[in-house]
Amino acid sequence: MDFTLNRNADLHNSGGGVMEKFYYDNQTVKLFGYATLFWGVIGMLAGLWIALELVWPSLNFGFAPITFGRLRPVHTNAVVFAFVGNGIFMGVYYSLQRLCKARMFSDTLSKVHFWGWQLIIAAAAATLLMGFNTSKEYAELEWPIDVAITLVWVIFGVNLMGTILKRRERHLYVAIWFYIATWITVAMLHIVNSIEIPVSLFKSYSWYAGVQDALVQWWYGHNAVAFFLTTPYLGLMYYFLPKAAERPVYSYRLSIIHFWALIFIYIWAGPHHLLYTALPDWAQSLGTVFSVMLLAPSWGGMINGLFTLRGAWDKVRESAVLKFMVVAITAYGMATFEGPLLSLKNVNAISHYTDWTIAHVHVGALGWNGFLTFGVIYWLIPKMFRTKLYSEGLANTHFWIGTLGIVFYAVPLYWAGWTQSMMWKQFTPEGQLQYQFLETVNYIIPMYALRALGGLLFLTGVLIGIYNLVKTVKMGDFIANEPAEAMPLSVATANGHSGEHWHRWIERRPVQMLIGSLVVVAIGGLIELVPTFLVNSNVPTIASVKPYTPLELHGRDIYQREGCYLCHSQMIRPFRDEVARYGEYSKAGEFVYDHPFQWGSKRTGPDLARIGGKYPDSWHYNHMLEPSSMAPGSIMPTYPWLFDDEIDKSKTEGIIRAMQTLGVPYPEGYDQQANKELDEQAMHIVESLKKDKITTKKEKEIVALIAYLQRMGKDIKNASTSNP
Amino acid sequence: MRFVNYLKGIVGVETYPLISLAIFVPLFILVLIWVFKLEKKTVEEMEHLPMNDGTDS
Repeated sequence: MDFTLNRNADLHNSGGGVMEKFYYDNQTVKLFGYATLFWGVIGMLAGLWIALELVWPSLNFGFAPITFGRLRPVHTNAVVFAFVGNGIFMGVYYSLQRLCKARMFSDTLSKVHFWGWQLIIAAAAATLLMGFNTSKEYAELEWPIDVAITLVWVIFGVNLMGTILKRRERHLYVAIWFYIATWITVAMLHIVNSIEIPVSLFKSYSWYAGVQDALVQWWYGHNAVAFFLTTPYLGLMYYFLPKAAERPVYSYRLSIIHFWALIFIYIWAGPHHLLYTALPDWAQSLGTVFSVMLLAPSWGGMINGLFTLRGAWDKVRESAVLKFMVVAITAYGMATFEGPLLSLKNVNAISHYTDWTIAHVHVGALGWNGFLTFGVIYWLIPKMFRTKLYSEGLANTHFWIGTLGIVFYAVPLYWAGWTQSMMWKQFTPEGQLQYQFLETVNYIIPMYALRALGGLLFLTGVLIGIYNLVKTVKMGDFIANEPAEAMPLSVATANGHSGEHWHRWIERRPVQMLIGSLVVVAIGGLIELVPTFLVNSNVPTIASVKPYTPLELHGRDIYQREGCYLCHSQMIRPFRDEVARYGEYSKAGEFVYDHPFQWGSKRTGPDLARIGGKYPDSWHYNHMLEPSSMAPGSIMPTYPWLFDDEIDKSKTEGIIRAMQTLGVPYPEGYDQQANKELDEQAMHIVESLKKDKITTKKEKEIVALIAYLQRMGKDIKNASTSNP
Repeated sequence: MRFVNYLKGIVGVETYPLISLAIFVPLFILVLIWVFKLEKKTVEEMEHLPMNDGTDS
């Protein structure tokens, strides 16, 4: 491996100390920058397509890979890990070298990191379209890709820490602290949430079940937002905003407090995604309290960013880079104000499962991440190509179209979320639910259309931006290795101040700081998680809850593969309207065999927790073939392939054994007779369909899916033996 | 069925949040004290780091 420390490094005398000449690696930065733009367009196209599918469901053309449930994870994963991910690496590789006054630790590792990450993204997109999906939101990738992510992340970590260790600058600027915290926390989140038992090359089951799985998943989901979408970008903000504004950050002291307060508090706030669910009350309350506390450091950071431009607002008028950054920081402020608000129980009761959440995350994604990325790229590309931006006018056009796009995206969805929630909760004077679920969907479809327009505007801006950057690149002269000079650290340290302080001690020791950050986030995570894991007695809590049959397990796999959880929840909250609409509210004990849990987070369609037995088998058959035949006006896509494809019975034995390993109490040797029982149950369904004049074969996937749908929530319906 | 019932089975579960507070609050206060006692010169040195990267530009 090539561990070249300093390409062409040489020494020469300069004044009193010995200056070292070295070169910054711009090549890797450029590659990550290009990848950011490329995947950004792919991710946004996928997003636009699924937004249009909500208005015109037939846009899936009966083709599985572009159906909403498969394309939506492609959209989220591409935007989060490909667009923002490459954006992070672009910014980190540029700023880290300069803040450390050192070339990246290893050019080889930089290359492996870059190409490894792109391969992971390509594999992720391909497998998600093929339906390989763990169904844990933003962690949908199957286990071989999870392993690859871990390896590449470690390579990034070695490169990051190696550079910090060989730096020529005494102090660690606050941006670097954000990078270190990001690296260690993402590593922990990814590993803990991805513990799964493989059944085949691209199929695994979550190690956790039901409530525990939900808790781990949203501890991950929340902190992925915190430590993938927020802390690294704050690091970028603290570096690139001062660079672009040509002045130091407003208050460096505030930036230190911002850092510590964020990493202390963020990790605790995960349970606010599970308010009113079967999660224990104390964990919900803890999540709420810490979420509200988050407001302080977040706004401290926002104010710090905006005040950096005090007295320089004339520059903002002229510079598209600063305009992008100002809106990004404002969007950060809006999203972090709204976050604590949404985690208040009484607000969450209205917002959860609605488009309000989608609007909220897009203020963050489009505004904060998107606009900061473009601000940084518009600044970086001309810098690395030793030229000026091709057209400041086009950059301003991008800015205004993009801003308009965010408004057109967010406002209709806030409206839709609020309206739909109010309609769900509306009762007639006689005490009946006023609206059918479908009526509430049809009412907000115009908002969905407007949202798609917002997305289209945003994407148009991005394409204009890419044109502008391509032109800039063609005009410029790329500096792959940028020369720099600095004194080595040992000489620089000798001039340090006396009276060392403990924080400075930490500050100069990145390895200790890495361990410190890990301890801090691990304690937060553990105290939140441990009690739920110790509750192993939750397995026999509801006597009537039984493991799934082999056919139902296959149906459940199909449910995950098609991403049903993206539009349907399986979690009835203890509200009057939900109980009236869906049935008895959900209990923690009902999910003990759910590897993984399928609670969902959004109700584009109705909750399915108690769908079992509500309709005849034939209803489901017709509904999956042509949803609008059973529910006129439905925006659910068609699933014709389920009627052609056959259940893969060769997997049954492995599935049962995996479930046994996970503690699901199937009798010894059950794997051997599972397929026989599967056939019997499938035959029952085929016969019941025949009574309604529908002919199908028992091997078809639709039969398994019907078996699963008809099972859901029935264990409690059938028996009143549950504990008090 | 209330989840709380099962949590009560864990010895000392109520101390978990307390332990965390006991760790985090003092640490955070230490950070605050350190930040406000920082020398102005050091702060200025640190906040100018992005401007000074050893290149001509």
